[in-house]
Amino acid sequence: MKNTLRQVFRPGKFLAGFIIFAFILLLTVLYPLFNPGDPLAMIGLNNFTKPGTYVSVYDSLNVNRTFVFKLPDAAEKRIGSKLFPEDRETIKDYLTRLGLPEDSIDIDDTHDLMALWWNNYDPANQIGKTIAERRAYTALDNKLAGIFVSEDLEVLQYDPGTDEYVRKKMVTENDYVNVGDVANTIWLPLGTDNFGADMLKKLVSAIGTSLLIGLIAGVVATMIGLLLGLLAGYLGGIADDVIMFFTNLFTVIPGFILLILISYSIDQSRRGATTVAIVIGLTSWVWTTRSVRAQVISLRNRDHVNLSKLSGHSLPRIVVGDILPYIASYVVMAFILQISSAILAEAGLSMLGLGPKTTDTATLGLVMEWSIMKSAAHISGAWWAYYPVIIVIALISFSLNLMNTGLDQIFNPQLRD
Amino acid sequence: MSSEKRELCLSGSGVTKVFGFGDKKTVAVDHVDFDFYTGELISIVGESGSGKTTLVKMLLGLTGVTEGDISFMGQKRDIRTHRKKKEYWKGIQAIFQDPFSSFNIFHKIDSVLLDCINMRGGRRLPKETKIEMMTEACSFVNLKFEELTNKYPFELSGGQMQRLMIARIFLLKPKILLADEPTSMIDACSRATILDMLMDLRRETGMMIIFITHDIGLAYYVSDSVYIMERGRFVEYGSADEVILNPKAEYTKRLLTDVPKIHDPWEFSRNKRYDFRKPPEAADGK
Repeated sequence: MKNTLRQVFRPGKFLAGFIIFAFILLLTVLYPLFNPGDPLAMIGLNNFTKPGTYVSVYDSLNVNRTFVFKLPDAAEKRIGSKLFPEDRETIKDYLTRLGLPEDSIDIDDTHDLMALWWNNYDPANQIGKTIAERRAYTALDNKLAGIFVSEDLEVLQYDPGTDEYVRKKMVTENDYVNVGDVANTIWLPLGTDNFGADMLKKLVSAIGTSLLIGLIAGVVATMIGLLLGLLAGYLGGIADDVIMFFTNLFTVIPGFILLILISYSIDQSRRGATTVAIVIGLTSWVWTTRSVRAQVISLRNRDHVNLSKLSGHSLPRIVVGDILPYIASYVVMAFILQISSAILAEAGLSMLGLGPKTTDTATLGLVMEWSIMKSAAHISGAWWAYYPVIIVIALISFSLNLMNTGLDQIFNPQLRD
Repeated sequence: MSSEKRELCLSGSGVTKVFGFGDKKTVAVDHVDFDFYTGELISIVGESGSGKTTLVKMLLGLTGVTEGDISFMGQKRDIRTHRKKKEYWKGIQAIFQDPFSSFNIFHKIDSVLLDCINMRGGRRLPKETKIEMMTEACSFVNLKFEELTNKYPFELSGGQMQRLMIARIFLLKPKILLADEPTSMIDACSRATILDMLMDLRRETGMMIIFITHDIGLAYYVSDSVYIMERGRFVEYGSADEVILNPKAEYTKRLLTDVPKIHDPWEFSRNKRYDFRKPPEAADGK
């Protein structure tokens, strides 16, 4: 057993695939422990907040201990953060129209850009083709002037009794609070989706559901495929003909279309994740059947099967004891591929709107479907709503396929290094 | 070998096996008749592809018979149900050609031998008796059961595996043993041992042995009667002396001349010597 395990983990391919897969699996198991709660809870009221740490403004103003730092580049950074990329483009636009060489303007260098603007902008010099353009430059100049005003901020508290605002505290440019002292912060590594749910939390729960779908579909497909393949291969004759007739029938009909039709015909209210998994399993057993049958046919005339027959063993005992162990390695490999293709099939179905109809569990396909709803994520540039899902799907099938080829190297000595 | 004492053990009339249909039809065994008597040692000799192994499989009931009848102990063989097959296999057993593929590599040696005891109705015997029986069987073929127990067949050498097969037969004690080229895959030294053990077994149990081989010399050495098989037919049969020393069929004569002789120089063909420096057409043209 120890040697078998060592042999299994020796090829780099299997190990690499196994590590990736184990990491994904561990993530789905451990992440909910550290971050419990409903993965689909709508914590945000905005669509697609970008990834990052969010600090409560209210609580940070209410932190008692403030610290004073005098950082040399603080002012510049502050201006830089207020200057949007489109403002920078407008400045560059204006300056090039004035005749400055284009490559002397670096829009990322806030300091130089501002210096150039102050030196060159002349409100009297109205350049620009349209009134709108001219107004845009004036507006920009006003905005930049506003940015440079650095005054202390006064925090007022409304007192309903006297109907007055009472001054609470003054906040200067150099006041800092420790993030640890702020009562409410939230870390959203992948931002939120269009419903305002924590994307990472949702993604992790979706991976879990999708792996389960893959497992159920894989088990269903492998079981059917194995049973039919063993029967067809070992019994031969009419049983073989009948089973192969249906197998060929299913081979000729494209599996995905069959899947779409079955999914479509199932009532929406009953189309849960498990149902979809079983439907996927019911449409993807064909190739397992064919290959198991082929292997059984070559095995059933081997001498050890003949010897087993001569020892008076019954048919089930021969199939289970003398044929199944010889094809077990192949079946395991086919099972791994079935899981991978079932996860992909679910994603495909869900993208078409035929996946699990549920609002309380997420699957990888559903997360994708939700994010592309009305092209919302795409239009608002919310890459975090779909890229992580795509990467995870790719990683899962990549790791499973790696494990499969790694196992191939073990079971097929000709491929060993 | 007085004919009046002999008891008919296995006989067949018009036994035929056809593979495929129509254009792809292959007649592997073509209307073969035979009468094998109890206690005889019969050799069936033929070259590769002459239908020996197919005949063995039909005799064992592992493949169906296309045409013809096989009788066992004077009665028509009936192996339609599993129960009847099991009963039939108590009387007829086999040793296969390739010892390396004859055993299930996932089952231990003990289970192979235990199956035989169970088949002989010893399922309820106490464990000690079973081990005693297995030890006896192993020592008959010069194997030590203590060394074999809990081992897998692939841990043995080819000769040891084939001896284990004979130990199996020793436990089963069938009436008929079909030995399908049992010595062709093992080295010359083990070959003699295996043959000796088969002879011992025969002497002890009085079983009939059908020896399938392509080695006509070996057949002459061991058997009472010899059947020469060519393309699915028996072209000649009779007692070993009759057939080998006085061959009538052309095919038998050819088989006999094909036996390599130690002192003769080897020639590629009996009639002409090829000159490999010349192209083959030129050599043929003469």
